[in-house]
Amino acid sequence: MLTNTTSEQGNTLPPAIDLRKINKSFGPVHANKDVDLVVAKGTIHGIIGENGAGKSTLMSILYGFYEADSGEILVNGKLSSIKSSKEAINAGIGMVHQHFMLIENFTVLENVMLGAELNGFLKESKLSARQELTRLSDEFGLAVDPDAITGELAVGLQQRVEILKALYRGAEILILDEPTGVLTPQEVKQLFDILNALRARGVSVMLITHKLQEILAITDEVTVMRAGTMVASRETAKTNKEELAELMVGRKVLLQVDKEAAQPKNVLLQANNLTLKDGSGVTRLDDVSLQVHAGEIVGIAGVSGNGQTELLDVLSGIMPVQQGSIDLNGTTIDKRNVLNAKDFRHLSLGHVAEDRHRQGMVTSFSARECAIMGFQDEPEFNGKILMDNAAVTKHCEALMEEFDVRPANPHLKAANFSGGNQQKLCIAREIERKPEVLLVGQPTRGVDIGAIEFIHQQIVQLRDAGSAVLVVSVELEEVMSLCDRIIVMFEGRIVGEMPASEADAQTLGLLMGNAGSDKDDNGQVNAKGES
Amino acid sequence: MSDFLLILVSTLDSTIRVSTPLILCAMAGLFSERSGIVDIGLEGKMLAGAFAAAAVAAVTGSAWLGLLAALAISVSMALLHGFACITHRGNQVVSGLAINILASGLTVTLGIAWFHQGGQTPLLSGDARFLAIDLPGALALADVPVIGTIYSGLISGHNALVYLAFVTVPVTWWIVYQTRFGLRLRAVGENPQAVDTAGISVFWLRYRAVICAGLLCGIAGAYLSTAQNASFIKEMSAGKGYIALAALIFGKWRPKTALLACLLFGFLEALTVRLEGVALPLIGEVPPQFMQALPYILTVILLAGFIGKAVAPKAVGVPYVKER
Amino acid sequence: MSNKTLPAWIDIGVIPLINVCLAFIVSGFVILLIGENPIEAVQYIITGAFGYGEGVGYTLYYTTNFIFTGLAVSVAFHAGLFNIGGEGQAYIGGLGVGLMCMSLDSFMPWWALLPFAIAAGAAFGAAWAFIPAYLQAYRGSHIVITTIMFNFIASALMVYLLVNILIEPGNMAPQTRSIVESATLPSMQELFAALGMDIENSPLNISLFLALACCVLVWLLMWHTRLGYAIRMIGFNENAAVYSGINTKRVIVITMCISGGMSAMVGINEVMGAQERVLLDFVAGAGFTGIAVSLMGRNHPVGIVIASLLFGALYQGGAELSFEISTITRDLVVVIQGLVILFCGALSLMLKPTIEKLFVKLMSSNKPKENANV
Repeated sequence: MLTNTTSEQGNTLPPAIDLRKINKSFGPVHANKDVDLVVAKGTIHGIIGENGAGKSTLMSILYGFYEADSGEILVNGKLSSIKSSKEAINAGIGMVHQHFMLIENFTVLENVMLGAELNGFLKESKLSARQELTRLSDEFGLAVDPDAITGELAVGLQQRVEILKALYRGAEILILDEPTGVLTPQEVKQLFDILNALRARGVSVMLITHKLQEILAITDEVTVMRAGTMVASRETAKTNKEELAELMVGRKVLLQVDKEAAQPKNVLLQANNLTLKDGSGVTRLDDVSLQVHAGEIVGIAGVSGNGQTELLDVLSGIMPVQQGSIDLNGTTIDKRNVLNAKDFRHLSLGHVAEDRHRQGMVTSFSARECAIMGFQDEPEFNGKILMDNAAVTKHCEALMEEFDVRPANPHLKAANFSGGNQQKLCIAREIERKPEVLLVGQPTRGVDIGAIEFIHQQIVQLRDAGSAVLVVSVELEEVMSLCDRIIVMFEGRIVGEMPASEADAQTLGLLMGNAGSDKDDNGQVNAKGES
Repeated sequence: MSDFLLILVSTLDSTIRVSTPLILCAMAGLFSERSGIVDIGLEGKMLAGAFAAAAVAAVTGSAWLGLLAALAISVSMALLHGFACITHRGNQVVSGLAINILASGLTVTLGIAWFHQGGQTPLLSGDARFLAIDLPGALALADVPVIGTIYSGLISGHNALVYLAFVTVPVTWWIVYQTRFGLRLRAVGENPQAVDTAGISVFWLRYRAVICAGLLCGIAGAYLSTAQNASFIKEMSAGKGYIALAALIFGKWRPKTALLACLLFGFLEALTVRLEGVALPLIGEVPPQFMQALPYILTVILLAGFIGKAVAPKAVGVPYVKER
Repeated sequence: MSNKTLPAWIDIGVIPLINVCLAFIVSGFVILLIGENPIEAVQYIITGAFGYGEGVGYTLYYTTNFIFTGLAVSVAFHAGLFNIGGEGQAYIGGLGVGLMCMSLDSFMPWWALLPFAIAAGAAFGAAWAFIPAYLQAYRGSHIVITTIMFNFIASALMVYLLVNILIEPGNMAPQTRSIVESATLPSMQELFAALGMDIENSPLNISLFLALACCVLVWLLMWHTRLGYAIRMIGFNENAAVYSGINTKRVIVITMCISGGMSAMVGINEVMGAQERVLLDFVAGAGFTGIAVSLMGRNHPVGIVIASLLFGALYQGGAELSFEISTITRDLVVVIQGLVILFCGALSLMLKPTIEKLFVKLMSSNKPKENANV
């Protein structure tokens, strides 16, 4: 199937991929702005950027999930229109998705041949697929048992099946979206061997990642994306991780948050060796221990999907503790003492959810109903049998007034408020009770500038009143300007901790990409900060 | 002993007859649910098919034309289900329920208007029915002990649609496990997004699956009104579509096990008739209603995970949305 | 999902109305198909349902049942649960009502018995809904399938009980003895006679007031209690419910029990009111009609009352229609019911994109003031 096995990158050959002025918007969000990208044949091209930089959108356009609003796609020098995955496959593009597109109860062979069967009958199709699979396995060193049930394979092997799927379809251009996120260090090494073998046989690889080390280890060229645009392209040999981290994070003017130095006092929230596995057995939290003191704001930085969501869920009682324990305001919560989110609130914990549409509010509810979420059983909102709806409305009005939520109409459906006003309402609900511990996920996601400042002020005020605040944010500058102490998470572990005063974007960026220590992936904390 | 054999053979014989529509509907449900579309509308499609078959057979005098009509009407109802669930991403259970209620009302309404017999169709005879076929040598062998009794009493003497139903099981198995369509069908019921990214149209694949379901329900309907009985009778499907659904679940969405479940449920029904008024040793008289409810009770127990685990196709019941 | 182009009045007003109209237009075609005049048919239905006292009585008698089952379905819908088992829950609930009435009817007048009958019916109906609910919440089996199965199990159980155990000695028909006259619910005729007014006789009894009271109760439950708050939150967003510290499994079970108990009130209307005994298949499809009623009434008590009245009128008018036009029977109402479920339920999203486009076109010159979500 694979015809092109030249390993040279002759100048005469047109680039494998040539994107010109690609634009894509989702409503008001401009996800890709005039993106140009050239990927030379037979190279590994890294694309690096923070969350929301537009990497995934760009790859989805290339693979036919989305259609670009404008711009041109040239594949091997030919102008191509790619409107569906089928057309992408026909153009020789293969994609390994971050979440594998595999049928778990199928065999490897069945997964590989699905959609590219020889003919209508499986016997013959399987026979030919088996031969081709053996050939590909030998050629690229991709050994997988064709008869194994895919869902029972280790994650690394499943990824191999995905790569084989693409090669089986004759892909000469392979896109890998965050391929190492779920792999062990050994598996990463094996993957890189495979990618090298692919390159040697003329396959062009596009590697999307936020991990600097990987970029440096494997790519020939690297492109940095930020806020929907291409900010730089470098030959990998001529750059270094410091430069890339800076390009990735950008030298933005820091938001100024007016605050005094923190006066940390006693520990109010403490996590002890929290470890959590998800339904499919992947470790999401790996031995996480941290302390938050009264009167300080601790920020958790990290690229999203590195365990922050799970940490917030466990610390707020949404998910039960599996291993380890939590000390909250003098109460210990562990496997034996299971408490739910309401019980946590009764221990004076407030929690502003990371994703208000998923957890923090019900968009089909009216604002007044959203204003009591988590407090629906409090006596102040309830009569003997019926709820005191007047009190609920009044409470919402008070919150709206105090936190300047507009329009100040408690009966309006939550969905009809702007993102900033929705978030203000959520924060108001949690802060108004002066919780001794406050968890805030993504304090200003989807919030306009004016509201950002206001929200930050409220959080600082709560700290000054003596509460312990834990902030999770993927916005590095927000963590740096708002927090007093910064913890960096990577793949469910804490990989760094430092006072905000000593943190700079570069150091944090390196830690977030797990390139902070020169050791390796197993390297633990390198810059242990205060206390 | 030979008495016992005769009773056994005749019970099994009626098992085959009552199992036939169950088998056809269970295979129909298998196609639909394996593709990710919940089908509680088996009952309605079968009922509509039964009416169409009897009506057309009564008018034309041909059972085969009746069968064609049953296929046509049942497939169009299947397409309606597809239109609601695949194209418009409607709730699959609501749509199936609508089809059942619609069929229940329409068959009687049209039956009364067209035939003036209180919802029944005229009695069919001769070529307008599928009649019993004596397999070669059945008569000659009838007197041979055991084998002859089984051959002539159990295997021979059914109508064409019964044999067709038993053929559909290996055919379904072959399609689902030995063809490209089957591979894709199983894939789309598990992970439609994977199918989509493999460059296959999820919509078209699912439409083909519901059409297969429509065809098989149509045959089941024709069997009810032009083979097992000699006319359409109001509500003659009598919950068989639901029992077939239960059998499909009981058979864990696999052709062979679903066939066994259909035979088991059919056997229970045949046994009910046989056991009426008979006191069994130790147990005493088993109420026929208990036997009737047993398929449903067994299915509930199975679904609750108390006997084995029935794992449904992963994507069943979830409309496919292409974005992201 | 998050569609912000349509204002609420179109989304919850105009589109459902068009869907109902579509169902009726298609029904009209069915009447044309059998060679009759749809307009004439509508006239017969309306006169049959509202034209004279007895007709109105029957219409409201059917309406009473549909309010109960419609409310039952809607309560479960609010929690995102599809309770197809209303039929069986009503059947078993009616058994509870009957058993309570027959054990106490010689000691008590109806008004003293009523609370016991309601309690017994609700308990039986709730118990019949409890098992599927428990299996859904704690064992992961699908509520749609189990409630369907439970309808059949209920049906078999009731046949067994009526044929073998509860049958009135010496009677051939499988039904219980009559409840003592003084213990049955007064009919509307009796009630109005006591007030000095004369109305025609019909099975309509004071259960209608119970049905209306249930509407108020459901409205209070859903929008004025913590439980209702939790139920609706689970239906809209189960993650948010967990975030709010709600025990979702427990609430799911409670919701289904309320739904089952509500269905069981059909037993009050039928067993204690209209039939004065437990008979075979007294629910007669009211459980399924409840699904159409709930979908059409948008799960709100007010909408449910309106939809129930419509279906009550169709049932009664349809019976009348079959006297006038020999080729039409009440099965036509079943067709309409199926079409309502199809258009208001399964195809409810069909028109949205078209109407959205139309709306945007119409409004392109003058921008809408208020946005709305689904």
